[in-house]
Order: sequence, then structure tokens, then C-alpha cells
Amino acid sequence: MQLDQLYQEIILDHYKRPHGRGLRDADHSGDRVAEAHHVNPTCGDEVTVRVATDGTVLHDVSYDGMGCSISQASASVLHELLRGRGTGEAFEVHEAFVELMSGRGQVTPDEDVLGDGVAFAGVARYPARVKCALLPWMAFKDAAARAGVGVSPEVTA
Amino acid sequence: MTSIAIPEGMPQYDDVPRFDVARVRADFPILNREINGHPLVYLDSANTSHKPRQVLDVLDEHYARHNANVSRSVHTLGTEATEAYEGARAKVAAFINAPSPDEVVFTKNSTEAINIVAYAFSNASLRPDADPRFRLGPGDEVVISEMEHHSNIVPWQLLCERTGATLRWFPVTDQGRLDESGLADLVTERTKIVSLVHTSNILGTINATARITARVREVGALLLLDCSQSVPHLPIDVVDLDADYIVFTGHKMCGPTGIGVLWGRGDLLAAMPPVMGGGSMIETVTMARSTFAAPPARFEAGTPPIAEAVALGAAVDYLTGVGMRAIQWHEKELTAYALEALGSVPDLRIFGPSVPVGRGGTISFALGDVHPHDVGQVLDSLGVQVRVGHHCAKPVCTRFGVPAMTRASFYLYTTTEEIDALVTGLEQVRKVFD
Repeated sequence: MQLDQLYQEIILDHYKRPHGRGLRDADHSGDRVAEAHHVNPTCGDEVTVRVATDGTVLHDVSYDGMGCSISQASASVLHELLRGRGTGEAFEVHEAFVELMSGRGQVTPDEDVLGDGVAFAGVARYPARVKCALLPWMAFKDAAARAGVGVSPEVTA
Repeated sequence: MTSIAIPEGMPQYDDVPRFDVARVRADFPILNREINGHPLVYLDSANTSHKPRQVLDVLDEHYARHNANVSRSVHTLGTEATEAYEGARAKVAAFINAPSPDEVVFTKNSTEAINIVAYAFSNASLRPDADPRFRLGPGDEVVISEMEHHSNIVPWQLLCERTGATLRWFPVTDQGRLDESGLADLVTERTKIVSLVHTSNILGTINATARITARVREVGALLLLDCSQSVPHLPIDVVDLDADYIVFTGHKMCGPTGIGVLWGRGDLLAAMPPVMGGGSMIETVTMARSTFAAPPARFEAGTPPIAEAVALGAAVDYLTGVGMRAIQWHEKELTAYALEALGSVPDLRIFGPSVPVGRGGTISFALGDVHPHDVGQVLDSLGVQVRVGHHCAKPVCTRFGVPAMTRASFYLYTTTEEIDALVTGLEQVRKVFD
């Protein structure tokens, strides 16, 4: 059934049992901490992503928000994939996720790069839901920029 | 539902006008579609309605046989197009019992219709010689309500910003009704215009306006009713309603997109300054200044949506043929059925009136903690089309403490079987997100 492609078990797991949810203060002294709050004006979903980094490593990527299963599961996956990562690596993952979501279902994801993020391949076939999946990732990008790290390609979806 | 015996000599239940829903459905080609392998169950008519063959044919026929610009050609096609366009205006006027077709201004939609009124106020406020009814400044007030569509909020916020007037609003009760308890304090001598939704697009509430109208008259203000969700669904008589303006849109009443209506009392329209300038709205133009045509032309600058207006006329004919009283009753029965059926779904919370009285066939709800986007997605996989989100009425969502709602809305072609499909679909949603 089509619906299974969208609501993969991995997505529902992250939605029902989110990883690392809740905004946290910096653990490492000297880290720059910045956050960004993004909303999807068409549905009212919102998410805040906070980044703590020394400029080289993302010591924490924490988040809070409310919204649909796709946007909230995506935030959980974002946290899991990027927390503790070097900034360069993190932005490669970010780029891969954005590419996957902008691919209208034509992009084959690399599990080594995207981990649980590959479960979102099915979401890319639902144009109305791509924004839900990208919401935390776009908030992350802004938060990271405010913390003084990284840029990544603009989304065209 | 319980049935009670109505005494002889009183109007009987069977006296209510009815129509054959299956025959009506046969007029709508799109209803034959399948969605994701299931028959289409379209429960989003408050968003936009479908169009019957009779309307599609008129649209096609206009372009195929009568296409020309209006109000400026002496040739045959121009005359035919103008007659069709003005004929549609007369049909729309008759449909809402307007005293004159000249009181019907064709617009793009309800949003544009409200903006015309708001900008007329704005323009009048800049001119000391303008009619004082439209002049706004600091100390003056505009009154709306918490249950408005954004299109009846934002234009007034912008108007108040431009003029220094103050925006005030009626609150909404827990039952989703307009809270009129503060009417006397809210609508006062300072009030210049009250702009209210007649039927809420999100709660389904039909507002009883008599008390408000009386107060508006008492203080000498004007009253605009947003009838976008009522003109398509029940008989509307502007004389009876005693408003100063009503607005509605064609695409929600079996007509095409791109055509809406501003109805205004003739003397008011005549006293309003123009809003958009251009062709067709003038009397004479010199390089230094212009004078303006009488309404409705004054408010229809540029080439109007001609085919759309003509097709709206066909939609009005179609609805009249079925009978607005019958459509109203059909939807009342559907609403009663749906409220009961949805009430049987565990963890389902209805926003707005829970009884089929003083409400229309638009029902918003929450299903446990499942986000409306997810509800809508699972329903779509079963062919059931509902709207999810804030329904362009974010203050209502805030009022009820939710970021979004799921909304099912009915029309003349909706059946009880479709409501059953919705309820079955909601069981599926619960399974996926349990």
C-alpha cells in the first residue's frame, strides 16, 4: 500500500519515541549557542532547533516543536545524525537530505550518509509533505549560521 | 434520531423540499474520479466546490461562440458578450434578492470584495470632502470577530494601520458561537464599520445577526457580512438580512474561480470613492484629472473576468433549479448524520457547535493527538479528501488551543455514504498512529 512508503516504521518510531527532544544549554564552556524557530505557515507546524558548537564540532543539536509525524520525526533524525558531528561532515549530511527531499522520489539515498534519514525517501514523492520533512533541517541551517558555522545550498522544493 | 409526530395541519417533515442526490451527482464529471484506487470522497467543498456540466458547458460555449470584450464594442460579438455579462449580474442580483443589479459588483473573489470596501474607507479618509461615513481616523473603531477568515482580518488591520483607527473584535465562546455579551461596549458611537462572518469557514457556525444589526443601526455604523460560506448553502436575501454589504465567491457555489461578488446598498456604493483606477471605471478622463462612472462599473476597472461571470450566472441557474431551500435541508440532514457519526469515533473532539442547529455542514475536529496533516494523509490514501491546517482562521485555532484542525465540509452532492467513508477512514488513522 502506498501509505506505507510515506509512513515507514522508522518514521513512526521517531515520531512516537523522539530522540533527544527538548532544548538544552551548552555542555562545553566556550561553545557558541544559537537557535532558529521555523514555522510552516500553511499548517502551523513549528520547530525550534538549537545548535551548540565550538566552530569545529556540533556538540549538541537540540530541538522542540509541535507538528505532524513527518516534521517531528525529521527533527528526531536530524538530532541523531548531526549531534557530535564535525561541521563539515554535518553539512554534507544536510546537503544529502535536502537533495533527497527535493528529488521527487527519483533520488536513491545513501544509508551510510543519511542513516534513518533514508526512511524519508518516500516522503519526497508527496510534494505537500516535503516542507514538513525539511522544516527542522531549514531551522538547523539558520541556527548553525547564527552560531557562525556553515552554509548549504538553498532549497528549491 | 428520534422521530416525533407533528400535529396535523402543521408543516410536515415530508413537506420539506428535496432533490435526488444521485441525479445531482451525475451532473458533476469529477465525482467519477478514483483517488489512490478508491472512489473519490470529496469532503472539501468549503474550500472549493465542484462544477456541474451545465456550468462547464457555458464556460466553453462563451469562448467558443461569444468571446469579445464587454461594454465597449458595437460589433455583434461584443454585444453578445456584454449581454451575457450583464445578464449574469442580473441573475446574481435576483439570487440574493438585491433591489437592483447595479448593486452587484463583480470582483475576483471575496477577499478582493472586502479589500474594495476597506480601501474605499482608506481613500475617503485622505479626502476632507469625502462622505463622513467612510472617513476613519484615530478614535474611530472597526469591529470584527475572532472567528473570521484571514481575508476579513488582515484588510481591516491594514486599514487601521493606515488611518490610526482601532481594531476590536467579538470573542468566540467555548461552543464556537459568537460571544455577543459585550455587544453594547464593543459596538459604540466610535464604530464606523462592523465586518463579520455569516457562516464560519472553520467552525461551521451560522451567526444570528439580528441583534448586531440593530446595534449597528443604533450607533450609525455600517455592517459587512462575509457570506462566502452561506450564499452557496442557504437562501440569502439581502433585504431580509439588512446588511450594508455582503461578499461571496463563485468557486464555492459551483461557479469558476476568479469571480466573486461585492453587494452593497446602492446609496453606499454611490458614495464610495473608487479603489482601482483604469478602463471601464471612468466617466471622462483628461490629462489632469478624471471623473468616475456610477457603480458597479466604478469598482470594475479593466477587463473583468467575463467568462467566469457568465459561468457564475449558470451556477446560479443550476442552484436555483435544484432549489436553495432543498440544498439547505439536505445539508442540515447530512450535518446531523455526521455529528452523530463522528461522535461515535473514540478520542474525536469537535470544534464548534455540536448540534445541527445554527450551524452549516462544515465540521472541524481533532482525532486524539494525531496531527491533522497525518489524518489528512491517511484519509487521502483512501480517497477521502478533507482539508487540514489552520483554514486561514489561525485565531480560531489559537482560541481552541490547537495548531491545526481537520475539516470535513459538505455540499449538495455529498452523501451519507461519504460520511461513512470518512468515519471508516478515521479508524484507519487510529490504527496507523495508535
